[in-house]
Amino acid sequence: MFKLLPDTPSERVTVLVDDVTVQVPPGYTAAAAMLMNTDEATRTTATSNQPRAPYCMMGVCFECLMEINGVPNQQGCLVIVSEGMRINRQQGKREINV
Amino acid sequence: MADFDAIVVGGGLVGTAVAYGLARRGRKAVVLDEGDIAHRASRGNFGLVWVQSKGFGVPEYQRWTRRSSEDWGAFSAQLQKETGIASGHERPGGVTLCLTEEELDKRRRMMAQLHLEAGETNFEYEILDHAQTKKLIPAIGPQVVGASYTRYDGAANPLYTLRALHAALLQHGGRYVPNARVEHINAAPNQFSITINGTTYAAPRLVLGAGLGNKALGEKVGLNVPVRPVRGQIIVTERVAPVLPMPTLMIRQTVEGTIMIGESREDAGWIDTTTPEIVHTLAERAVKTFPFLRDVRIVRTWAALRVMAPDGLPIYEQSRDFPGAFVCTCHSGVTLAAAHALHYAQYVIDGALPPELARFSTRRFDVQAAA
Ligand SMILES: Cc1cc2nc3c(=O)[nH]c(=O)nc-3n(C[C@H](O)[C@H](O)[C@H](O)COP(=O)(O)OP(=O)(O)OC[C@H]3O[C@@H](n4cnc5c(N)ncnc54)[C@H](O)[C@@H]3O)c2cc1C
Ligand code: FES
Repeated sequence: MFKLLPDTPSERVTVLVDDVTVQVPPGYTAAAAMLMNTDEATRTTATSNQPRAPYCMMGVCFECLMEINGVPNQQGCLVIVSEGMRINRQQGKREINV
Repeated sequence: MADFDAIVVGGGLVGTAVAYGLARRGRKAVVLDEGDIAHRASRGNFGLVWVQSKGFGVPEYQRWTRRSSEDWGAFSAQLQKETGIASGHERPGGVTLCLTEEELDKRRRMMAQLHLEAGETNFEYEILDHAQTKKLIPAIGPQVVGASYTRYDGAANPLYTLRALHAALLQHGGRYVPNARVEHINAAPNQFSITINGTTYAAPRLVLGAGLGNKALGEKVGLNVPVRPVRGQIIVTERVAPVLPMPTLMIRQTVEGTIMIGESREDAGWIDTTTPEIVHTLAERAVKTFPFLRDVRIVRTWAALRVMAPDGLPIYEQSRDFPGAFVCTCHSGVTLAAAHALHYAQYVIDGALPPELARFSTRRFDVQAAA
């Protein structure tokens, strides 16, 4: 769905989006990496399990919640990718182990 | 000129509950409410419908609170039926968690005293040790030495409750007038009128339900309402799967999964902003109590001002100079919302407060303090 800007640098960072290896330009956010690689919802909501995806891309709407390196409910649009980062969809509420 | 059966000043939980109660009984009620710049405890509170620890040394308060908590289920069901809005009320019982033996001892004595004072209304409670508490709420940490438990406690979503009250008020033919700060009241016995933006609202009954605004408004109709602001700060976390099966005095999980951590009690005048020190203290105690909170994300903090009488009790009174003018104010407006809607409204219609509310009269402020 999305195209890269023409002046995007040619280097790539390797991340795992839902366990699939993908290459994204450095400086990308986890939300952008996810969007590059899916046309589907990137999370389901905590109370009514509705499908959602990143929206504002600037930290305001909380629609981009995802699990990053095992930590759930992170705002993917505020996290810059790094080599080997594991990015997973957030399904409903975060589970707590006590 | 717009004629009503009652004018209610204040559109928070207290004023709207009374107005809704009036409208439900077929009375024409209008709510005059200041704008969003007003201090509005109803939009910033913790949402407990709480009984344990209320009314220590004042059995009348314990009884009134218990009654409201008993009524809350039906009150909430009725609101939902009328408006489709669920208040999120639950009454699974509640605990006050203690982190030291001293805290637990104090708690034990307090609950025993409340039990004594309850007399025939029988205040049932349990003091739990660590293992018993852990059975109820497995998420507690090793530092929790015990807890007090009563089955009377619960919680609701105060914002949905307020929204439901407003919707139900309108449905029963009531009026709500926003941006209507009342400064002048034309008062004569059982005859009141207030002019806002060119419209005059007149009624034989006036109810002051304006929270911290009641102090200044009371003076206009011969009511002494010495309420002052007491700040409370609250931390709110991300939504997580159900982990707290019942509310505790300081920490509860909402129906939606959010964990709320509250609430401080500070004399900070009219300053209603958060402070890092208090938020830190709240968070520290929360993590000691529930270690899993250590890595749960905080999404918001806020502060709001409680509406506090010098002795912490509600203030219920009818003016002697201007019969027909009532004040209704308290520091636990969520807990008492059911009592205000179901009972206080009727007293306003009757034109008399019953003996069981005499303890909350403003007469108690007439006593001079010893030097
Ligand atoms: C941090 C915190 C935690 C709390 N936790 C709990 C809890 O767990 N359980 C519980 O039961 N209670 C709790 N409370 C208390 C509860 O929130 C209040 O008792 C309740 O909201 C009071 O409602 P109110 O309608 O009297 O006041 P408010 O919500 O302050 O409403 C007063 C209304 O009057 C209006 N007003 C004021 N002056 C005028 C004027 N001159 N003319 C017209 N309108 C005017 C304002 O616009 C406002 O809408 C808490 C409070 C705080 C601050
Ligand atoms: S997309 Fe809106 S907060 Fe991340």
